[in-house]
Amino acid sequence: MIVGDRKPLEEIIGFIEDARNVLVAGCGTCVAVCMAGGEKEVQMLAQELRMASRLRSMEIEVSEATAQRQCDKEYLETIKNAVAGKDLVISMACGIGVQHMAERFAPVRVVPGINTDFLGVNWDIGEWKEYCQNCGDCVLARTGGICPVTRCSKSLLNGPCGGSANGKCEVNPDTDCAWQLIYDRMKALGRLDKLAEVEPVKSWKKSRDGGPRRLSRNDMKPAEDKA
Amino acid sequence: MKSGSNLEKVFAKGEFALTGECGPPRGADAEKVKEKAQHLVGYVDAVNVTDNQTSIVRMSSIGASRILLDMGLEPVMQMVCRDRNRIAMQSDIFGAYALGIRNMLCLSGDHQTFGNQQDSKNVYDIDSIQLINVVHTMREQGKILGGDECDGNPKMFIGAAANPFGDPFDFRPIRLAKKVKAGVDFIQTQCIYNMAKFREYMKRAVDMGLHEKCHIMAGITPLKSLPMAKYMATKVSGIEVPEEILKRLEGVDKKERAKEGIRIAIEQIQEVRQIEGVAGVHLMAIEWEHKVPEIVKEAGLYPRPKVD
Amino acid sequence: MNDVKTDDYEPKVIAFACEFCSYTAADLAGSMRLRYPANVRIIKVPCTGRTDAIMLLKAFEAGADAVFVSGCQPGDCHFLKGNYRAKAMVPGVKKMLEEIGLHPDRVEFFHVAASEAQKWVEVVTQMNDRARRLGPNPLRTGGKPEYGPAAQKKEQEQSDKQGAAAGA
Repeated sequence: MIVGDRKPLEEIIGFIEDARNVLVAGCGTCVAVCMAGGEKEVQMLAQELRMASRLRSMEIEVSEATAQRQCDKEYLETIKNAVAGKDLVISMACGIGVQHMAERFAPVRVVPGINTDFLGVNWDIGEWKEYCQNCGDCVLARTGGICPVTRCSKSLLNGPCGGSANGKCEVNPDTDCAWQLIYDRMKALGRLDKLAEVEPVKSWKKSRDGGPRRLSRNDMKPAEDKA
Repeated sequence: MKSGSNLEKVFAKGEFALTGECGPPRGADAEKVKEKAQHLVGYVDAVNVTDNQTSIVRMSSIGASRILLDMGLEPVMQMVCRDRNRIAMQSDIFGAYALGIRNMLCLSGDHQTFGNQQDSKNVYDIDSIQLINVVHTMREQGKILGGDECDGNPKMFIGAAANPFGDPFDFRPIRLAKKVKAGVDFIQTQCIYNMAKFREYMKRAVDMGLHEKCHIMAGITPLKSLPMAKYMATKVSGIEVPEEILKRLEGVDKKERAKEGIRIAIEQIQEVRQIEGVAGVHLMAIEWEHKVPEIVKEAGLYPRPKVD
Repeated sequence: MNDVKTDDYEPKVIAFACEFCSYTAADLAGSMRLRYPANVRIIKVPCTGRTDAIMLLKAFEAGADAVFVSGCQPGDCHFLKGNYRAKAMVPGVKKMLEEIGLHPDRVEFFHVAASEAQKWVEVVTQMNDRARRLGPNPLRTGGKPEYGPAAQKKEQEQSDKQGAAAGA
């Protein structure tokens, strides 16, 4: 899922200083699961804003709405009425939702309420870890199901650097060395010989480095549209 | 000859090679480079010029390497994968060669969070093993990545680092083999203090025949003081300083510790010379360049072979 | 907005008390005729794990001067970990109060078992004293931020103004 975390209140107040009628818009999918921007967090931010604006003598009306997914236009339709008449929307979705709302509801000003951090797993209560950097050309089949692009601090593709010590990364002792994990997994799988091969230079063209990406699938489109 | 560098010739002659190291200054003063490097003239076969080591901004390795050339010292230009993408790296290799640089060392590079530019974006477009292969393909086939031909081949003598003390230990010889496969000519190891572990590493490398496919140089760094030794032991990932070395330093008078550190280094040099597969020593006298002549002489590595 | 004068200020303290422990302790304190500040209003909850940050914030918005959550002793929760949840939540509320501009000491978590009537009295007294020391919640007096980045910013602006005046 997409993992995010709430922006500091002071920063959000900075965004809304000249607004009168504000909607806090949540998203019910990834950011709800990681407890950054779902319905509950919308209530929380709205509550904080009401209190903070009173102390700061700001005349602001704050309302709340949550769409199941801000990245789908059908779901955005469900909060259309809530957006109507507002001069500012604080989107609590990931950066995708913020932009999608800004696009669908132009010219209403849309600002982010959270920081979009990474794609990861919820590996323990209140703990999330990054697992994928959507490089667009998955190497996991060759690395025992552990991503060196994401989980090695240097994105090394040919094994651990000299800083791997006791299974940990030199950058942060709380971080596992991805290559230690890969080595252990490949050993357990009986595929260590595969790690002896030199992984050639990677094409980053399918990653962000090829420019903004898009995916088009004709098999998903109704036949009459294909012509 | 692959490159015709002095270092390559020393190896070709079957001599025990010796390289030194020089960290460029944190600024644009060429005199600072000369001050440090002058101590090494005549005492080593080539000098590594670091590339923003520990991610602290310094004079470029190319620039400082050129200054060394003018002093009659042969540089080993280090290049890390942290700061440049493949466009900049290949371009810098052309430039370096055009300036007379004939050896280079391909490294991943320390992560930027260790240095003085912690907010920077790192690159790691390619990794150190892939970089070896890039330089090798340029030299042997005259081609850059993607297959375009070089208008003049950079014929570099290609080096890389190896850390026998990094984990997982069992993977280290395999990683060395990958570097050989990618086209490396010589290897310089991380600073060795744990001799037993280094012996085991070399045994495995020799069993795999790697010492016949590249020249392995043992990394030696003299310990200047007890705090430095303790720092190396605890703060630097991938360096192991055994208790007995710390005890040995502790056991002598504080004023004598620098001398003791040098004595240890000399003993280590003599020890690694006896290990099968070790073809030279890479002496990293960090901020202690003026002690190099003394160490080299005492270790019986002076004078250096003439190869022209 | 009520205009509360500080001299006739009687703090409003809200307690979210678990019915299995602290609420019973409050009852016991009554039976034992123990005296404690009368200005605490108790909200009985089935477990402190049921409380959340929004409830606590709403209490402050409605004019509470201090709010506390009082749950079972460690290991005694009838729902296993409800008290731990509430205890973990409170520091987050403190941070929110700071950001909003209220003093974080206005909120707290305590463990008070059913038998600890005397401790209940101490806890209520402590929160009452805190509220008195901190003065009325600025949200009910129409006041300004009293704590956190907003308050510091205001202070900085004031001292800048004074500095400029002195310079002139």
